[in-house]
Amino acid sequence: MSKTNTILYLDGVSRSFDGFKAINNLSLVLDRGEMRAIIGPNGAGKTTMMDIITGRTRPDEGEVFYDGEIDLTRHDEADIAMMGIGRKFQKPTVFESHTVEDNLLLSLKGPRSIFPALFHRRSTEEARRIDEILATVRLEARRDALAANLSHGQKQWLEIGMLLAQDPKLLLVDEPVAGMTDAETEETARLLREINKTHSVIVVEHDMHFVRELGVKVTCLHEGSVLSEGSLDFVSSDERVVEVYLGR
Amino acid sequence: MITGKFFAAGADRRIALTIAVLLAVAVAVPVLNLAVPAGSALHVPSYMVALVGKYLCYALLALALDLVWGYCGILSLGHGAFFALGGYAMGMYLMRQIGARGVYANPVLPDFMVFLNWKELPWFWYGFDQFWFAAIMVMLAPGLLAFVFGWFAFRSRVTGVYLSIITQAMTYALLLAFFRNDMGFGGNNGLTDFKDILGFSVQAASTRSALFSATAISLALGVFVTWRIVGSKYGKLLIAVRDAEPRTRFLGWRPENVKLFAFTVSAVMAGIAGALYVPQVGIINPGEFEPANSIEVVVWTAVGGRATIVGPIIGAVVVNLGKSYFTGALPDYWLFALGGLFVFVTLFLPRGIVGTWDAWRQDRRKAAKLDREPATGAVAEPQPAE
Repeated sequence: MSKTNTILYLDGVSRSFDGFKAINNLSLVLDRGEMRAIIGPNGAGKTTMMDIITGRTRPDEGEVFYDGEIDLTRHDEADIAMMGIGRKFQKPTVFESHTVEDNLLLSLKGPRSIFPALFHRRSTEEARRIDEILATVRLEARRDALAANLSHGQKQWLEIGMLLAQDPKLLLVDEPVAGMTDAETEETARLLREINKTHSVIVVEHDMHFVRELGVKVTCLHEGSVLSEGSLDFVSSDERVVEVYLGR
Repeated sequence: MITGKFFAAGADRRIALTIAVLLAVAVAVPVLNLAVPAGSALHVPSYMVALVGKYLCYALLALALDLVWGYCGILSLGHGAFFALGGYAMGMYLMRQIGARGVYANPVLPDFMVFLNWKELPWFWYGFDQFWFAAIMVMLAPGLLAFVFGWFAFRSRVTGVYLSIITQAMTYALLLAFFRNDMGFGGNNGLTDFKDILGFSVQAASTRSALFSATAISLALGVFVTWRIVGSKYGKLLIAVRDAEPRTRFLGWRPENVKLFAFTVSAVMAGIAGALYVPQVGIINPGEFEPANSIEVVVWTAVGGRATIVGPIIGAVVVNLGKSYFTGALPDYWLFALGGLFVFVTLFLPRGIVGTWDAWRQDRRKAAKLDREPATGAVAEPQPAE
């Protein structure tokens, strides 16, 4: 298989912690512009996979390529973020003592060194980008609120907004609807479909209703490798998936 | 101002007021000391000038600690080391000014070197006969130490209590090193018996007043610089690193650089505080590296209020007033009082004096606002994380 047209290319990746194989010969390919849902039981290696892609963890073996030719195993978190991979954590992680607006300001694409930040003045272009993102994640009304005072769902959206502000090519979104109401879940599915129009996305999620809303190709992980891959209907009728994950 | 959103307008006014008060004090105290006759009720006695000058040095040190602890979550238990290094740099200049007036009347070597039978000046004492050189060293020595220390510590992602412990180890190691006579910094006795600074007698009331003014002005400058730093986008980043370091990393920032800059700036501020302190108290010895000193700075900052600019200044002055009183009246109980104070503040005033005051004001304002227009979005002051 050719790497050149892929946004993400994992081949034969393994990683063990104290003998426990968190990722075991995992291969996964994401095309440019694709959105993929990843499902699987706890301990299937979903978070470790994200750690490997974002440079937090190095694989013991295997290839991890981004955008066709960039070897991600040679870069650290900050580098990888700058190259265009954004990550939303499982637990919403925002800057709680900053306003919604400042959270986005710190996330906006731009120079990441100290001195420009010291003498930074907000440009109209930045203000416009912030307005745009606030509209996308529907937080205009909470612009001046402290992130700490947002509801759980709003924090999730703010974090997604922060990813958008980075203007990444690939978004990794870990359990975006955990703890959300049904209405919020549907809203999030809509938001991610919207984002997918211009970005490649990987979504890790347990909520099958939400995965159905997304309507994309699904990969089921189990014990660190791919168990099944295809449409949701195909995967959810796969005997092995039913066995280890969905339950009868 | 756009960046002002983070600070309520009231906070900006408070900074301006603090700077104005410090500058007024810088003028008023010398005038009341020198120009007002000793019998007058308005006269400020010389011992008071020296005492308050010392408090203001401590306040600058606490402000320096607050920049890294309050705003970036780096609990340094070794800030006293930067203070002491700045103090030693100034002390070396003052020693060289003694010249042939020392007990052994050696025109070049300070007394302790003659006593140790040294024949020539060690290389690291070169240049300290010049004030400008010493002034640079006052900033460079602590700044460089902080830079090198921070470079390794932050790059290795040492955080939290582990970082606190190694800062403590750093100051302890320096304490042991400076105790040694071979180090060339006067060993146990340190540097003392100063005569002149810039040609003026350090004992003269006018010089003491000038040193006092210099301290108040430096503190005002420290307040201004800290305020500008924490009000900038970098300042927001500092708080972001404090609250969610991994998030900043995955946004492409390098938290190690963010911390390194603040840590170095903070060490330079602490060094300046130490340099102003030494001519006013007349001595610098290895005791300044004592880990307990650094911990006291943490207490001042916690009492005044972390992540507020005025808090550490108030904390430093209030706690040291208490210390001056206690060590005079009940010398045996000071450490108990200090420990008790820290426990009390941690349990009942986790935001310190200024932080608690702000929260109280906020609540009142919110209540008043709710009375007028019910059901508006909650607005609260940002709170420091642990």
